[in-house]
Amino acid sequence: MRLSFLSALLLTALLAGCSSGVKLSDVPVEDKSASPRVTAGTGANASGVGGGQNNAQTGVANVTAEKSAPGMGPAGVSHVVLFDYDSFVVRADARSVIEAHARFLQANRQRKAMLEGHTDERGGREYNLALGQKRAEAVQRALVLLGVPESQVEAVSYGKEKPAAQGADEAAFAKNRRVEFKY
Amino acid sequence: MLRFALACLMLLAAPVMAQFRVEVTGVGMTQMPIVVAPFKGETTSPQKLSSIVQADLERSGQFKGLDAGAATLDELSRPDWSAWRQRSADALLGGSMTRLADGRFDIRARLWDVVRGQERGEFRNTVPAADLRQAAHRLADWVYQQLTGTPGAFATRIAYVTKAGGRYTLWVADSDGEGAQAALSSPEPIISPSWSPQGTHLAYVSFETRKPVIYVHEIASGQRRVIANFRGSNSAPAWSPDGSSLVASLSREGGSQLFRVDLASGEARRLASSAGIDTEPAFSADGTALYFVSDRGGSPQIYRMPAQGGPAERVTFNGNYNISPAPSPDGRWLAYISRIGGQFRLQLMDLASGQSTALTDTSADERPSFAPNSRLIVYATVAQGREALMTTTLDGRIKARLVGQGGDIREPDWGPARP
Repeated sequence: MRLSFLSALLLTALLAGCSSGVKLSDVPVEDKSASPRVTAGTGANASGVGGGQNNAQTGVANVTAEKSAPGMGPAGVSHVVLFDYDSFVVRADARSVIEAHARFLQANRQRKAMLEGHTDERGGREYNLALGQKRAEAVQRALVLLGVPESQVEAVSYGKEKPAAQGADEAAFAKNRRVEFKY
Repeated sequence: MLRFALACLMLLAAPVMAQFRVEVTGVGMTQMPIVVAPFKGETTSPQKLSSIVQADLERSGQFKGLDAGAATLDELSRPDWSAWRQRSADALLGGSMTRLADGRFDIRARLWDVVRGQERGEFRNTVPAADLRQAAHRLADWVYQQLTGTPGAFATRIAYVTKAGGRYTLWVADSDGEGAQAALSSPEPIISPSWSPQGTHLAYVSFETRKPVIYVHEIASGQRRVIANFRGSNSAPAWSPDGSSLVASLSREGGSQLFRVDLASGEARRLASSAGIDTEPAFSADGTALYFVSDRGGSPQIYRMPAQGGPAERVTFNGNYNISPAPSPDGRWLAYISRIGGQFRLQLMDLASGQSTALTDTSADERPSFAPNSRLIVYATVAQGREALMTTTLDGRIKARLVGQGGDIREPDWGPARP
């Protein structure tokens, strides 16, 4: 097991620069459930003549989004894998965590996992989003090499938007450079 | 096909949630001294027009507002030239606002050249009460054009995001940061708002479905549509100049790569292939080229390639971290963020010469965006431990902080000129 995991890591490192297989595109979904409301005083019409209405040109309708609830993953196992500074290589000490999630996913083929890449707070939001994506994809490759079908795991990134620890010191940064398993 | 439902609640339009004030620091080389006298009728109106106009003109870096003293002045006054010259005023603006029977306000103003002792012109605008700030910005634009020969950009809007109490809100505000109205509020992050060329829609990245998805949102109605929800991350939307497509960074094929997503069909076509990260696309002023960030050379740098895809040339060479390219609408400048000695600072490149200068001495600058007249840049930074928005002139001499109540303010994008 140790050998196979190490070779998986090695392969992951080798594959790091390569694109994964092309996925069928998801068709963008029209958001039919959005219920736009034009609120009083912020109508969208240009001011008319003699209408007597205060129709502003600066109307902004307010929309409220809600998040979807997460599901349960394997019990008694960390859902976090940490990374070194400026690194996208899965560390050796992440082995047992990744193996446990791989076993869970193989035993529960109907379950899907999101792999959320995260970075520390330094630098731009979009560039950090891309860096977090690299980390998530590295964990995804490690899982695939352990036999998890690629369709069961999706690598996404939050960049620096959701730090696990607050603070601008290395202790916080180290906790924030991570990939989280979400089911 | 991934399907999800969004529950949207009707919220009554919250009154102005984010109050700002302008803090001008620094001294410009040549600032025209101007008196913007209190308008007749403004003490009983919902908005103090003269203050808004004066703050706009000062933020431009090209004017110095002088105190009007006890003088009362409107568009019908005959200025006492010698008295104004004694106050060192070069220009003088006076006016009135009158509430009409239908509730609208009739705004009239007159601009005088104090040096020559003559009138420069007259301004008139009739607006509903809700548009008084907009009218004040239009008046500031008119004064700016009269006195500098360049169109103003005060009667424009900026979008930005606040984070407060675990909630993220996308705001649409006047160019001075005030009069903010919430367009979207969410328990999950919202980043990268981007104005459509016509100023009617915003594209942005929202994490409300537990991953980054690109939406296009019609501001007036709140109607929004998922534009890119492909496998993986979908981010960094930039509108094509004709408004028919977005260029964005998608990880659907692995890595972060640039695609053009057609808004009508939803189809995504890959624009470039690199072994690393390609992100933060931004169209050049003439629409023929795309600036973007790539780490293909080992560190993040800004590149430029034809808008339809093709060979890329490197644009930034100093340092090993240059991101967030923002070309000016007049095609002369490129604003971007550079990491220098661990500090992230706003830079301005003269595209003709390739020379860059730092515009700030702060350490966490992000996401610059030009005013439509290319004379000001808005950017995010951290000041006194808080995320804040600043504007700066292109020489870095005049900066104004847009200070909000409660929460961090980030991710500005300056909207287009309004018709």
